[in-house]
Amino acid sequence: MLSQPDIAALLITLRLAATTTAILLLLGTPLAWWLATTRSRARSAIEAVIALPLVLPPTVLGFYLLLAFSPDGPIGATTAALGLPSMAFSFWGLVLGSAIYSLPFVVQPLQNAFSGLGRMPLEVAATLGAGPLDRFISVVLPLSKMGYLTAAVLGFAHTLGEFGVVMMIGGNIPGETQVLSIAIYDHVEALEYSQAHWLAAGLLICSFVVLLMIYSANRKFHLMKTV
Amino acid sequence: MQRIQPAFEEASEHELRLIRGSSGKHYAQIHNGAPFDVFLSADQIRPMLLVQEGIAPKTSLITYAQGQLALWSRQGELNLNKKYLLKTDNYRVIAIANPRLAPYGQAATEVFSKLGIESLVNEKLVMGENIAQAFQFAFSGNADLGLIAYSQALSPNMRDQGSVWLVPSELHQPIKQDMVILNDSEAAAEFASFMGSEVVREILISSGYLLPVGAR
Repeated sequence: MLSQPDIAALLITLRLAATTTAILLLLGTPLAWWLATTRSRARSAIEAVIALPLVLPPTVLGFYLLLAFSPDGPIGATTAALGLPSMAFSFWGLVLGSAIYSLPFVVQPLQNAFSGLGRMPLEVAATLGAGPLDRFISVVLPLSKMGYLTAAVLGFAHTLGEFGVVMMIGGNIPGETQVLSIAIYDHVEALEYSQAHWLAAGLLICSFVVLLMIYSANRKFHLMKTV
Repeated sequence: MQRIQPAFEEASEHELRLIRGSSGKHYAQIHNGAPFDVFLSADQIRPMLLVQEGIAPKTSLITYAQGQLALWSRQGELNLNKKYLLKTDNYRVIAIANPRLAPYGQAATEVFSKLGIESLVNEKLVMGENIAQAFQFAFSGNADLGLIAYSQALSPNMRDQGSVWLVPSELHQPIKQDMVILNDSEAAAEFASFMGSEVVREILISSGYLLPVGAR
């Protein structure tokens, strides 16, 4: 069955995925909005940068983060100058790594949703006297619900399964940076195949239940719209 | 191994193809029929398991090297020694290999308990999945110290960098590394006997290993 460290790893993983998803939805919204509406030439370059984690092996990202976190790396020097603890081997270091790693999975669905809106609904709202914030909250958000749902599910799920980045910058500290995928890997490496099975099957079922709940909610939402 | 490979290929008409990976992963692959000829493990447990499972002949099981543990820091000119390690205020983060997976990690925890600093070190500890990763943590400076393989500190790229202290072998159990032959090809047998040759012994010693006990 699940041991104490395994349960800790499960909780850390869920916390990491939830935190990362929340941060990405917050930061991804203005970014995706800008990408969906701008005519700037920089757009293609920014889109390419955002899509990089889709192409690069996670160990590349992890390795560069590890170097950046080091005392004379850019991030390490900044945190030290601000008197903050180092990001390496910390939960917030993992959040940063995961946020970069899962960024395209959140930004791209949002950008698609915003692009699909067209200018009409916003212009109508503007003629009715709605300010920019009001237009965003009462027009854009409800119309982009599907995009947000997809972005949240993909961001969460992608972070759940993250392995390479965490392995490079985490340091495998129980209760802090030891996530589920690492715990499974350790069990397999240590020839503890039955514990590995417990965790792997747990992750599988858990992922399925989360996806199932979201897809059913999504279906209800569609039914409500048609009524 | 990078130095043993060209030496073997020079001495033999056979060619050597190296497949790197952790001992645990290779064990699982061999167990499931991976077409390897020889398995050089970083420990003794996995080759022994393969012998018990009848996958490798018992007669082919030998210790080819004995690893040495070293304390390493990226900072040059540190006077690393037992006292430095004992005074845990000296460092904030110390990297080791995962003791459950890697014999060097196991040896590192033995050193801590022998020195009586287990509980002090515990909260400073970060673990790499293997000894290479533990070294990365120390090399990047994210860990102030690393208990790593002496062979890593002596590798050509690292030789002139950082500070190193060879941990006395009485502070931990010997890190014996075993190998087994996985098929009865002539090439595999030739390689196995080459591993006991004078050439390999010299390479092992200059690379930071000890000779297996019993070898002359």
